[in-house]
Amino acid sequence: MTQLLYLLAAVAFIFGLKQLGSPRTARNGNMIASAGMLLAIVVTLIDQEIASWGTVIAGLVVGGAVGAALAIRVQMTAMPQLVAAFNGFGGLASTLVALAEIDRFDGRFEVETSVVTALALAIGTVTFSGSFIAFGKLQGVLPGRPILLPAGQALNAALAVALVALGIWASAADSVAAFWIIVFVAFVLGILGVIPIGGADMPVVISLLNSLSGVAASMAGFVISNEALIIGGALVGAAGMILTIQMGEAMNRSLANVLFSGFGSDGGSAAVMSDKPVKSATADDVAISLAYAERVIVVPGYGLAVAQAQHAVRDLARDLETRGIEVNYAIHPVAGRMPGHMNVLLAEADVPYDQLLDLDQSNPRFQQTDVVLIIGANDVVNPSARDDSTSPIYGMPILEVDKARTVVVVKRSLSPGFAGIDNPLFYEDGTMMFFSDGKAALENILSAIGEL
Amino acid sequence: MSAVFISGIVVFVLAAFVGLEVISKVPPTLHTPLMSGANAISGITVVGALIAAGIGSGATATILGFLAVTAATINVVGGFLVTDRMLEMFKKKPERKT
Repeated sequence: MTQLLYLLAAVAFIFGLKQLGSPRTARNGNMIASAGMLLAIVVTLIDQEIASWGTVIAGLVVGGAVGAALAIRVQMTAMPQLVAAFNGFGGLASTLVALAEIDRFDGRFEVETSVVTALALAIGTVTFSGSFIAFGKLQGVLPGRPILLPAGQALNAALAVALVALGIWASAADSVAAFWIIVFVAFVLGILGVIPIGGADMPVVISLLNSLSGVAASMAGFVISNEALIIGGALVGAAGMILTIQMGEAMNRSLANVLFSGFGSDGGSAAVMSDKPVKSATADDVAISLAYAERVIVVPGYGLAVAQAQHAVRDLARDLETRGIEVNYAIHPVAGRMPGHMNVLLAEADVPYDQLLDLDQSNPRFQQTDVVLIIGANDVVNPSARDDSTSPIYGMPILEVDKARTVVVVKRSLSPGFAGIDNPLFYEDGTMMFFSDGKAALENILSAIGEL
Repeated sequence: MSAVFISGIVVFVLAAFVGLEVISKVPPTLHTPLMSGANAISGITVVGALIAAGIGSGATATILGFLAVTAATINVVGGFLVTDRMLEMFKKKPERKT
């Protein structure tokens, strides 16, 4: 009976995930998945003869309170780091489940049990430490740029080999010490693995850690022979892997390249800046071109999140709409720090999701667009990704904003983006540079339009 | 290999394919909620944590169990709540002003 109820919970997860795939049903899907989770928890509490209710209830209350407090209080701009932190807790939990099983089990493990225990410990711990390094980078506690250690890749490779060797040792000798060393080595590997990865590559890293947290749960399921964990974990592992691959494709980079290349580490100083003149614009200039436009597309980037300008851009767009101007938003898949980051920010500001265009929807529209307003985006609109085969980002799909009649770039300075390369878009005839903080710029443009 | 273990592998592989199939066509707008919702589901490890904590044999097991339940519950409760908060914001515009 218990097994069937677990299966019901798993079905709820599958159904919930399915519904999460469409805007209309997504909220319902999340409810169904959480109902499945509640069912799994209640079934476990009834079925297992719980000897120490105190421990169980204390854990549920403390965890529930912390989780709820984090979820309710988080700012939408801080969502990437919160997702990273939750991933980390999931990985930690899987590691602890495997450790508790080792502690409890007296006697010899079957070889296969040792193998999955080693896997649960290694993957769970890498997810844990890696996620909290990602959290630190996103929260600004750690520098967001790639931190390259001397021989870092060789060291990571050595750690990975060590994990395999330790796994074999643990399985062959049934050594408890070996399992604990696996935890330690995996902990270090998670830290050293994520530290050299730069901020703009975080969408890939977060998706990958998401996937790993699922795989870790699955492995923990093998350790305690529980199919609910195996199924739930496998679903999440697959979901995270799809996102990881999609994010990689959106940057035209392989997973290996994202993880190991230290991309963007030589940004800034090494960039060759053009000395061509740029057209600098004032709020009034931008206001005039917007007020006389028919179609406007806003291109948000990570700078929008940093400037907390999502409400300001919404206000400007609403004003333009009352003037009969069509406003849409073009969102690059890797804009921001996690998949869908910009969509969440704009949704927070009450921008309806049917105004948000993805890459394939936006590109055909730029030719008929009068003004493209770029706020805090850079590499994702860099035409050299399309035109210059020597560019480090050559081949990355971009938003082809240069096809629009006028391009307005709101930016603090001419400094290059994450990839550390100059952007020819800034020097084009149809481009106006408005050097300002994103939020202030939008507010000034809005008041300038009011005065026209 | 025991029959239980083999059936576990079968379940794992099939579930992974179900996951790939179910999720392969999610619009970018929903990428973040999908990720955080999936993340909450990975908190299913809470079941293992409850079993570990509930057995309550020895101090080490109790501490590990308590920490496991706490971490997994943070993941589950926080994950589902924050996903709901995000999805609540995703609205279609009632009527488009022109």
